[in-house]
Amino acid sequence: MNDLDPRIPEPQVPEPGTTRESAPPPVRRIVVERQPHVAAPTPRGNGAADGPALLSGAATARRSVARRPLAQVRERMRAEALWLAYGQNWVVRNVSLPVRQGEVLALIGASGSGKTTLLRSLNRLTEITAGAARSGQITLDGREIYDMEVNELRRRVSMVFQQPNPFPMSIFDNVAYAIAEQRSRGRRRRTAELELAVEDALRRAGLYDEVAGDLERPALKLSGGQQQRLCIARALAAGPEVLLLDEPCSALDPISTATIEELIIGLRESVAIVIVTHNLQQAQRVADHVAFMHLGELIEYGPAEQVFDHPRQPRTRDYISGAFG
Amino acid sequence: MATAELPSGANAPGAPPAIVRPRHDSTAAWPLIDRLGYWLCWVTGIGLCVIAAAIVLFMLVEGISALRLNLFVESPAASLHQSQSGGFLDPLIGTFIVTTIGILIAAPAGVAIAAWLSEYGRPSWLARAVESSIEMIAGVPSIVLAIFGLIIFSRSIFGFLSQQASDGSVTGESFLVAGIVMSLLALPLVVGATREALAQLPGRLREASYALGKTRATTIRSVLLPAIRPGIASGVVLGIGRIVGDTAIIVILLGATLKNEPVGNVPLLGTLRGTGSTLTSYVYNNSPAGEGNAPQKAYAAAFVLLMIVLALNALVTRLSRGLSLGTTDWTAKL
Repeated sequence: MNDLDPRIPEPQVPEPGTTRESAPPPVRRIVVERQPHVAAPTPRGNGAADGPALLSGAATARRSVARRPLAQVRERMRAEALWLAYGQNWVVRNVSLPVRQGEVLALIGASGSGKTTLLRSLNRLTEITAGAARSGQITLDGREIYDMEVNELRRRVSMVFQQPNPFPMSIFDNVAYAIAEQRSRGRRRRTAELELAVEDALRRAGLYDEVAGDLERPALKLSGGQQQRLCIARALAAGPEVLLLDEPCSALDPISTATIEELIIGLRESVAIVIVTHNLQQAQRVADHVAFMHLGELIEYGPAEQVFDHPRQPRTRDYISGAFG
Repeated sequence: MATAELPSGANAPGAPPAIVRPRHDSTAAWPLIDRLGYWLCWVTGIGLCVIAAAIVLFMLVEGISALRLNLFVESPAASLHQSQSGGFLDPLIGTFIVTTIGILIAAPAGVAIAAWLSEYGRPSWLARAVESSIEMIAGVPSIVLAIFGLIIFSRSIFGFLSQQASDGSVTGESFLVAGIVMSLLALPLVVGATREALAQLPGRLREASYALGKTRATTIRSVLLPAIRPGIASGVVLGIGRIVGDTAIIVILLGATLKNEPVGNVPLLGTLRGTGSTLTSYVYNNSPAGEGNAPQKAYAAAFVLLMIVLALNALVTRLSRGLSLGTTDWTAKL
């Protein structure tokens, strides 16, 4: 971690307190982000920590009313001065952002703000769109993801989509397919080991009890909420370190949504989670940190309470209040 | 609990209202030209039904009256009298062999080509060339394919596929040769059906697989192709129908002999290298236009041929319905 640290304040070293619009947003946001980054190792000994940690400590304390804050938070991915384009249009502009394990990062913003593109770039899924281009850096555990083998990256950084998209196979085969080096075909190849792994993934996704009776049922016969949890199970079965969720609840009813939100909160311990959502209440419910994007720029990044209760940027305030009102 | 708060009886079912359905709009209000066109559509549609029914009925009447069980088990024999010219066992077997060879080549090749075109398609100039080639092959009359096949396969290097005389000349007529050329007939149908099915698969299916760190090849093999199995099957069955019904290639590349005549002593290979006939060439030979001149048997064989093709068509319909209504339905759920 220490070898990463020197890079963070590097772009410019602005004064942490000032929040006038003139300063370029990404830089200020990096400073905000630095607090928990520094504090991360200490909270184990319970965090009455040094100066910068105070703010985030207060934030997590308030948060803990809703749910248990996690002691171990560490950075897994980082976007640095990231620009993304489709054709001639830059849809993500100069975004720098950390993704930490042990917390949920929510990307919020209006349609067309580049949230989904940013999300998809984290496992290089933007590449399958013709004409996609990138500048800047994205790292996973300090390693540039473009230097990694793309399929290895995607096994480590898995994704769940807006529309539930189970494969037209049985429930079992859907999950088994995701498990590396396993051929998904047929019952004949079922080993006890594979069955355990599938069961484990289904349990983590909170689906096992509902489908345990018949894992051979076609996945497409499940309800929408179950399908989406199956997709999460599938994504988890690959053993990812980062889980990307692109509006995972937008096609679901409130009950399924609540189930999946609980699931997300429960999962953040073992995987770093990034969720794109249009639903601000949802962001408030699940997120530890929130990044607000507007027209491709990262306007504000900070702990969820701070962004929702005391947004520093007028545009954030407008968006949040507008959406609430 | 929300329901508990409803005032009881608020939603109590009263007498259901009468169901009113809009009436079909009458054509009386249409302009004359529209009405004419509309009726023309009706007439042509009905006319087509009449023709189709006539074909089946006619073949049914003529065929069934000539159809005898022994026709299926007797080999054809040369005779001037219909009563002594045997059955069509050999052509039946011949049809089976040619179709099997043809589809065994066309199905895997067609699926592979379609998968490559749809999922890779790079470099694009090559994809375009492949596409045009398939269109061209689909448009070539089978008699041209047959002549082409004869030129190619009567070369001495292909002697092992058919018969080679002691002077080195090659006949270029055998089940193997006919089957290979027949595969070209079925290929465009398999490619077309597979591509269409692949195109109908939603992109999010591919994304889901890529997002799990699967390669394109794995995605095709384990997700896409299994998902379009009914589509592939329809293409294969269409291809089979095409092969079963072709005559030109049989006449030129199979010899259209009276009986299947093996070469040498090796049982299966000998037959494959030998000449023979199929139902189509049997019908041709026994029709008044052919040498056999046993029209009754031609009708009977034609009837069997028609039944085979109709059964295949029914199978295609079932399979493609399976694609849109079965478990691989994409649109209903979600």
